[in-house]
Amino acid sequence: MSSYDIVIIGGGPAGLAAAASAKRNGIDSILILERDSQLGGILNQCIHNGFGLHTFKEELTGPEYAKRFIDQVEELKIEYKLNTMVMDIAGDKTITAMNRTDGLFKIQAKAIVLAMGCRERSRGALNIPGFRPAGVYSAGTAQRLVNIEGYMPGREVVILGSGDIGLIMARRMTLEGAKVKVVAELMPFSGGLKRNIVQCLDDFGIPLKLSHTVVDIRGKERLEGITLAEVDNHGKPIPGTEEDYTCDTLLLSCGLIPENELSRGIGVDMNAITSGPSVNESLETSIDGVFACGNVLHVHDLVDFVSEEAAAAGKNAAKYVQNNCTMGEAGKEIPIIATDGVRYTVPKTIHVNRMEDELVVRFRVGAVYKNSYITTYLNDKQIIHRKRPIMAPGEMEEIKLKKSELEAFGGLENITVKIEEA
Amino acid sequence: MYDVVIIGAGVTGSSSARELSRYNLNICVIDKEEDVCCGTSKANSAIVHSGIDCKPGTLMAEMNVKGNELMEPLSKELDFEFKRNGSLILCFAEEDMPHLKELYQQGIDNKIPDIKILSKEELHEMEPNISDEAIAAIYAPSGGIVCPFGMNIAMAENAYDNGVEFRFNTEVRTIKKIEGGYELSTNNGSIRTKCVVNAAGVYADKFHNMVSAKKIHITPRRGEYCLLDKTTGGLVSKTIFQLPGKYGKGILVTPTVHGNTLIGPTADDHDDPESTSTTAQGLAHVCQAATRSVPSVPVRQVITSFSGNRAHEDNHEFIIEELSDAPFFVDAAGIESPGLTSAPAIGIKVADIVCGLLKPEKNPDFNGTRKGIVDPKKLSEEEYAKLIKEKPAYGNIICRCETVTEGEIIDAITRSLGAKSLDGVKRRTRAGMGRCQAGFCSPKTMEIIGRELGLSQLEITKNGGKSNMVVGYSKKSAQEV
Repeated sequence: MSSYDIVIIGGGPAGLAAAASAKRNGIDSILILERDSQLGGILNQCIHNGFGLHTFKEELTGPEYAKRFIDQVEELKIEYKLNTMVMDIAGDKTITAMNRTDGLFKIQAKAIVLAMGCRERSRGALNIPGFRPAGVYSAGTAQRLVNIEGYMPGREVVILGSGDIGLIMARRMTLEGAKVKVVAELMPFSGGLKRNIVQCLDDFGIPLKLSHTVVDIRGKERLEGITLAEVDNHGKPIPGTEEDYTCDTLLLSCGLIPENELSRGIGVDMNAITSGPSVNESLETSIDGVFACGNVLHVHDLVDFVSEEAAAAGKNAAKYVQNNCTMGEAGKEIPIIATDGVRYTVPKTIHVNRMEDELVVRFRVGAVYKNSYITTYLNDKQIIHRKRPIMAPGEMEEIKLKKSELEAFGGLENITVKIEEA
Repeated sequence: MYDVVIIGAGVTGSSSARELSRYNLNICVIDKEEDVCCGTSKANSAIVHSGIDCKPGTLMAEMNVKGNELMEPLSKELDFEFKRNGSLILCFAEEDMPHLKELYQQGIDNKIPDIKILSKEELHEMEPNISDEAIAAIYAPSGGIVCPFGMNIAMAENAYDNGVEFRFNTEVRTIKKIEGGYELSTNNGSIRTKCVVNAAGVYADKFHNMVSAKKIHITPRRGEYCLLDKTTGGLVSKTIFQLPGKYGKGILVTPTVHGNTLIGPTADDHDDPESTSTTAQGLAHVCQAATRSVPSVPVRQVITSFSGNRAHEDNHEFIIEELSDAPFFVDAAGIESPGLTSAPAIGIKVADIVCGLLKPEKNPDFNGTRKGIVDPKKLSEEEYAKLIKEKPAYGNIICRCETVTEGEIIDAITRSLGAKSLDGVKRRTRAGMGRCQAGFCSPKTMEIIGRELGLSQLEITKNGGKSNMVVGYSKKSAQEV
């Protein structure tokens, strides 16, 4: 059995950044396992621009952004295996993987970085009634067909869900000559970035219908049409508001789910809100030496933040290996309480003695807030009270905690992050 | 002229075909769909019923009990998934206890082996997740679960390997009595045969009524289901029925042979045999009613929903006989639940009737054994490693959720009566049947189907007909330049 100091599961943006960071922090023995035929993950099919504004201060396409990190991995001579599926990770960090050339094989790791990304919520999971014809695709599958395989899934399109991939695909399908009739969103607000609504819908005159959902799918063989209806405050369709659309394609962009089958297999504690592992300040899961970053941890909007988070995970994994497979003195584990509009935080707990001088805590809000405050308390003492003109579930928020401030605070029991309305 | 034409490649038709392939007969199975197992056989509870709830003395009871007995040896002979997990019928109210006892007595009359009435304590010990409201239950250890696609496909493949011809995309329009048999006119020309077996499911009345003055009537009775993620696999170990009572026929909760949980069905009579859509009300009812048996059933874990039509004959009885006013025309009609369970017995009964008419010789070359698609997950690590070395395609995972390899998909396409569409591959290998519902694997599976069958991607369908997956090339694609 071969062995590595750090094995990284997934060669998308998270895995690549984690690998480069681990190498720069002094670890030579690193292996990336990637199931696809190339590195870069989902970025390879995201041929639109807008990536990298934070990281590189320029607008790159997805493949260009990925290339920057793939080049780093190549320059740093980090080993990787493509077309390789990880089948199982045991609690002792033995990884069972498989590919065409090596067959079924095992690898022993000292530390593992989980970076498997996420998948799209399917039609089945949405439980939309109707027939089950061809022509109903998740937006990402359609994106792959159009951008990578070179095929048009259809000509007359309705999109359900205003997640970013759905918005991007509304524009892509239009540019490819299809007619995008409407984008419907169940919630009273969009799930995507404001800039995508402007650039992908408004600029092309595509209507966005908030508080609407698909209540019927017609067509025995190929999709022939769908019915939209308005929904009430509880998301229930309002009788009498039904409106029929003829279309041969329905794209679904109704949320992303972290792909944590392997994480569950290895036995890490999961966060029910994010569907990702619960992690501490080191992005370490409940199992020592197993770290998580990127969309497998929680779904991000911007790849820049994925890269940043993954670099931290890679650095921490390096620290763990160099420190004889421990993160050092644990000290007290302080919980971060997410409440009053804050759905969750990553990380979920903090060992103050192990944190960097400044720690970014990321979270999402549960509703749209206008002119409200992001507040943070150490026990009952408010330390952050920052006004935000607008906050929405589609855009990730963050606060920064200073190690010096936390250390100086005597008797710290918990940290609370919440939204206070004006 | 064929000796036998079987209309319908569902479980009934395929079982009849396989049983008849034991004889020297020239047999053809025709189906209007592109594959076997496209109608009622593909969308049902996937249950091997014990037979408790069949009325004693009926053909249904006889076929059910016999089919249940035959299922285990057949699953080994034909290599399909079957598990005798046992079933429970729950009673929720003291006032329903007499009804439960009647049902128990009926089970005894039907000679269902080893059934017993469980007390509340025994019930909850057996199934800890059962509702506290359940006060007693009938336990039938002979109840089971089966992969309906696996069973249907296995029977058809074995029939094919023993010389039965299959014609797909062939829809029978009229049937005419001719000298020495029947002439079936179809969209693909006319077919002559000495003997017809009518195994047309929800359409069986249509064909029966073409040749007989004694009309029958079949109602498509829609049943809607929800399938839950494999993470729910341990929820219940037995198939959980509700005692028919004031809440209607009841919704079942059952594990599947692949480790999912299935809940359903509704029962909704309508008049369109092609209508297999689900409804918001139906799905809501399924989810709500399932929680009556198992309050913790995680309905948020639904990965797909579907509906199928039972072929409900007005007298709620199987019709398996030569028609009195149409010699050599054999009905296998009204095959609703427990039709899947009964299929092995129905096939034998149909074959007996046909053999009585045609008096054929035995087929000396008949081989009743069939090997299914190798599932590498069931191999030891050594065997799996060896398989990949011999056939590297088994090292290439296509469907992540169900860990299905390229090797399995190639086998599904290239074997006897192989898959021609995405759904065909799905029913044979489970690729696309997992929690992402083919989001990741469909482009890859399309590519493999295209390569193996020499089809352009534009010709690849979800399930035949006009169900094409893509409609053209994207504008900047090289193919169009």
